[in-house]
Amino acid sequence: TFLQPPRGCDMQWCFSQVKGAIDDDVAEADIISTVEFNHTGELLATGDKGGRVVIFQQEIENKNYPQLRSEYNVYSTFQSHEPEFDYLKSLEIEEKINKIRWLPQKNAAQFLLSTNDKTIKLWKISERDRRADGYNLKEEDGRYKDPNSITSLRVPVLIPMDLMVEASPRRVFANAHTYHINSVSVNSDHETYLSADDLRINLWNLEITDRSFNIVDIKPANMEELTEVITASEFHPNQCNTFVFSSSKGTIRLCDMRASALCDKHSKLFEEPENPSNRSFFSEIISSISDVKFSHNGQYMMTRDYLSVKIWDLKMENRPVETYQVHEYLRSKLCSLYENDCIFDKFECCWNGNDSVVMTGSYNNFFRMFDREHRRDVTLEASRENSKPLQVLKPRKVCTGGKRKKDEISVDSLDFNKKILHTAWHPLDNIIAVATTNNLYIFQDKLTG
Amino acid sequence: MSAITAMDVNVEAKRILAVSISKLYASRTQRGGLRLHRSLLLSLVMRSARDIYHSSRESEAPIAAAPEEPMDTSSRAEEQTQLPEPESEPQPVANGAEAASEVSDSREEESDGETTEDKENVSPTRQSRKRRGKASAAPDFLPSKRARLEPGEERYAAPLGSCRTMAGESLTTLSLNRVIPAF
Repeated sequence: TFLQPPRGCDMQWCFSQVKGAIDDDVAEADIISTVEFNHTGELLATGDKGGRVVIFQQEIENKNYPQLRSEYNVYSTFQSHEPEFDYLKSLEIEEKINKIRWLPQKNAAQFLLSTNDKTIKLWKISERDRRADGYNLKEEDGRYKDPNSITSLRVPVLIPMDLMVEASPRRVFANAHTYHINSVSVNSDHETYLSADDLRINLWNLEITDRSFNIVDIKPANMEELTEVITASEFHPNQCNTFVFSSSKGTIRLCDMRASALCDKHSKLFEEPENPSNRSFFSEIISSISDVKFSHNGQYMMTRDYLSVKIWDLKMENRPVETYQVHEYLRSKLCSLYENDCIFDKFECCWNGNDSVVMTGSYNNFFRMFDREHRRDVTLEASRENSKPLQVLKPRKVCTGGKRKKDEISVDSLDFNKKILHTAWHPLDNIIAVATTNNLYIFQDKLTG
Repeated sequence: MSAITAMDVNVEAKRILAVSISKLYASRTQRGGLRLHRSLLLSLVMRSARDIYHSSRESEAPIAAAPEEPMDTSSRAEEQTQLPEPESEPQPVANGAEAASEVSDSREEESDGETTEDKENVSPTRQSRKRRGKASAAPDFLPSKRARLEPGEERYAAPLGSCRTMAGESLTTLSLNRVIPAF
């Protein structure tokens, strides 16, 4: 349940925190590559290009700012993946974390899957706040006592110690992907998960690392005939037999694992016919889907392509039910964006907890929210200039032509090196995490009254 | 098309081809290996650009032919009417350079006296699409070579709105579709 009924884009957003270096000189290893809340929202994980995972934990209460419910502090940091070298192909395998997905909590420990291009790892994060004291045979420092000096028997007791959070790799799922992994998704059965690369999707059991089942294979017999690749994949939130995968051609296929072992033949194909007036050299690139996410209720899915966000009703394949333009003013700049490589940027998107608002990133450290209920949208900016505690964010506007009003920014002044590719929304509250290149911003909505 | 002429489209297509080729070359050295998705998108853009380039070139062919082939102008006048239909790709896909030079190659072959009916008995070398020499090697849409970047150097991003020409490296016989099987 929500702490406050969401009012969509009437909502005002306040700055809460920013994590990361203040330096303008960004170390490549610090570039954030994925952001994910766990299922309760208490933990927030980030992965970076250097292969590290940083987990933040929500504080219960801040005495100085009681209305600040979104204070997150570092809980655990660990090196998930290291760079590797494939000697057979003479290729370096990057340690960059492509995706993190949390498992639903089953016991005191937390589990997450993190993946780079080739290997998925299951990490256990556990707390230790007690240690044993008073061994019979050992000294405090672990050395064994001289047996002749032991004259009495005592039972070790557990005494409190400073909280220690340990991360340990419990499973390593390797050597199953020839191409670069773009997605992992945990099944609602909590036993299996899928991993997807450019051409194949594999199904794993979380307990078994030496075997996986291939469930989708779109590799053509002759690679010269390749026309599309898989760009993202996700399991349905409550139907454990259903998953979707999106393609570089702008289509989404929904598959039912009960239908056959190999789900190359889709159950549903979601595709919107192209608008012929928008045809250009770059039509194919901008129609490539960079992210697909089911709504929490499982009735809709959202896709992100270069210029827009689309909401699809799972019961209707021939067109999306809603389309939101993220930065339509870029359509006339596609040639420049091709030259500076920005056209290849892969933006993600996310739903809020009750599926009424969707969010995605853009350039100039702008991010956009679309309120589906009230048909409103807002552009906000993640910037250190608006970073006083609980400072309300002012909506931003891009001027697309003609006279630029005060406070508007013209398209040509946008900084295309400042891009927000990864955003996440707390599952139960109006708290959002927005990643700029190397900083993580946390915002919360302003509670009235 | 509104104010955009076929010539503008041709220039645009040439530039996009050159940019795409440099990107393809650059992607071979990037960390993590060739990215299949990116390579596929590059090849799709290149194919669109190449198709536009050739269709707009064909419409300009009578004008463009003379300045491009100074050595053949004498025999050209008679051969023009004997030319077979415009060259289509001998293979499913050919790169822009090969297509451009094969047009000039076929014209040189024709001027050697080869008749169209005798194609079956032509020795393989006759139908070879290999370039005849430096004169016909560089297609006109490619600007001169420029230095390969050393590791650590970088090109700065093109400022928005100023689609400047990016010099590409000279082409090797890299078929568009053969980019993909490199995996």
